[in-house]
Amino acid sequence: MDSSTDKTTRRHFLFRLGIAINAIAIVLLAIPIVGYLLSPARRFTWLDWIPLGPLTDYPENETRLAEYVSPFKKKWDGETAKIPCWVRRLTGNQFQVFAINCTHLGCPVRWFAESGLFMCPCHGGVFYSDGRHASGPPPRALYQYKYKVQADRLWIYAGELPTLGHPEV
Amino acid sequence: MNERLTRLWRWLDARLQVADAIQSVAEHPVPRSSASWWYVFGSATLVVFVLQVVTGICLATVYTPAADRAWDSLIYLNYHQPLGWYLRALHGWGSNFMVALMVTHMIQVFLFGAYKYPRELTWVAGCVLLLCTLGMAFTGQVLRFDQDAYWGLGIGAAIAGRTPILGSKIVDLILGGPIIAGETLSRFFALHVFVIPALLIGFVALHLFLVLRIGINEWPMPGRIVSRSTYRRQYEELVHADGEPFMPYAAQKDLVFAGLIILSLLVVAAIAGPIGPNGQPNPTIIQTVPRPDFFFLWLFSVFALLPPWTETVLMLTGPVLALGLLFALPFISGTGEKSWLRRPFSVVIVILIVTTIGSLTWLGTFSPWSPHMNAWSAVPTPIEYVKGRAPLELQGALLVQSKQCRNCHALGGRGGMRGPALDRTATRLTRSQIVRQILQGGGNMPAYRSNLSPAEVNAIVAFLATMHPRGQLPARNSASPAIPASSN
Repeated sequence: MDSSTDKTTRRHFLFRLGIAINAIAIVLLAIPIVGYLLSPARRFTWLDWIPLGPLTDYPENETRLAEYVSPFKKKWDGETAKIPCWVRRLTGNQFQVFAINCTHLGCPVRWFAESGLFMCPCHGGVFYSDGRHASGPPPRALYQYKYKVQADRLWIYAGELPTLGHPEV
Repeated sequence: MNERLTRLWRWLDARLQVADAIQSVAEHPVPRSSASWWYVFGSATLVVFVLQVVTGICLATVYTPAADRAWDSLIYLNYHQPLGWYLRALHGWGSNFMVALMVTHMIQVFLFGAYKYPRELTWVAGCVLLLCTLGMAFTGQVLRFDQDAYWGLGIGAAIAGRTPILGSKIVDLILGGPIIAGETLSRFFALHVFVIPALLIGFVALHLFLVLRIGINEWPMPGRIVSRSTYRRQYEELVHADGEPFMPYAAQKDLVFAGLIILSLLVVAAIAGPIGPNGQPNPTIIQTVPRPDFFFLWLFSVFALLPPWTETVLMLTGPVLALGLLFALPFISGTGEKSWLRRPFSVVIVILIVTTIGSLTWLGTFSPWSPHMNAWSAVPTPIEYVKGRAPLELQGALLVQSKQCRNCHALGGRGGMRGPALDRTATRLTRSQIVRQILQGGGNMPAYRSNLSPAEVNAIVAFLATMHPRGQLPARNSASPAIPASSN
């Protein structure tokens, strides 16, 4: 073996070593970057019990607009941390708490007490007072929060924007 | 002085070595036929993009990408920052100009067959630029952090949430958390200011490099067939036999057109002013009617008009299929005729797409499918419909207002357009048909049986039975005589 081929193999070896080291470095670098970017999806659920105020705020047989502050609020969220919802009190401790978002594409539905309907301003979805789909494009009834009554206050289990992929708010 | 400049240039070029490159670009021959006014849209799009970069950087010196401050900083830009309103107007209208020019460029390229061999990858790079530009338009609309931005994000999340299995995870990733809030805006700021512009600059460079390397498309002549084996040679011959240097022969038209575009943007921005922001991004203000910006209005219409059962499938596969076709176009029809005169099918496709998107956009501007949320309390009953009516009929007229019927049904041309106008209801439906429709609903109308008492239904029907033109009889059951026997 003469010296020139010896040199070439050494150079090739260094070049391959360089590629290998950089490949390992890139993988090691990618782990924290990808983990950082995917972190919002790592948590399984974003839900917590949130108080919606005293029961006296909600007369029987009426549907009222209520609002709560996201349990995961950041200081710089500003007013976007405030989320509205519709509270329908049937009788006694019987409630239905509807998400504000239309089940079609998430626009805010508005309650019309006179006709007993929720109407959506975007694509014309309409729901009955108990949240059932009445007309228009929505694929299902209004999303409902789980609720409980504790110490004369209404609590809901909320915190995540309801979508068809995550309807059990 | 002149000599000094020349010396300075020589000194610079000795170190930069760019003179040759610039000269070869400036003097590269282009077919005489393609130095045409039809070939100016691409360069004008690029010029507007450069303008967007400049105005965007200016805005970034004042705009605050934090959810609790963004809206205030936009108001500050509009009303307090000297010339802030004009920079915002230039940037907002510039985005409209850029989308319009890019689409025109794309239609021209398609009709002139410029995507065919050997320019397939120039087309593919152009498709990436189309996506990036639309991405800039959407993320830019989000940075204008107002009610439309907030609910527009909600619509985006609702579409993404329809993805099977991964839906909720994708929503979390888009929003940067469980709800639309601070991290959502920061994510879209990073996309709008760093990620997409970097992609745009990279693909513009590739797009231009390919145009220079492969040569600008010649004017398509009917009968001049593109074939992989002969095209390059034919193009070389054409350029040598009937070519002109790019500078100034073709560039002068680009220059004139781009200049006119900038001037008209300056005028439009000065007259029309900045776009928004509208109401504060406070989700508890639900008295809002969210609408997307102009370029996405047609999509907004599509979502209203698709049959609901097709929606999820089409929302998720439609864009993939459409983009797949767009990217695959040069590989499907990479050779053959270039001239639109010999490609009638292509012309029909362009006309179809343009009229479809155009009419959907037009529909989106007044969205007849949406209830008019305030019509019941804000739009009065036309006087002629209450003149000389019986008390029961008047009570019905009141109920048509107070039960929100007007939100979906117009009277005298005012009110919602979701359902049919009520002006001639009696000529179409008999009393019993009206009763059935109100109680059971159907045909996109909710059933009112649990929200109206029998007396109320009776009153509404009495009122609606008067809704027929004078001299035209109301609809009748064919089993009963047109004129009651007693009046004979």
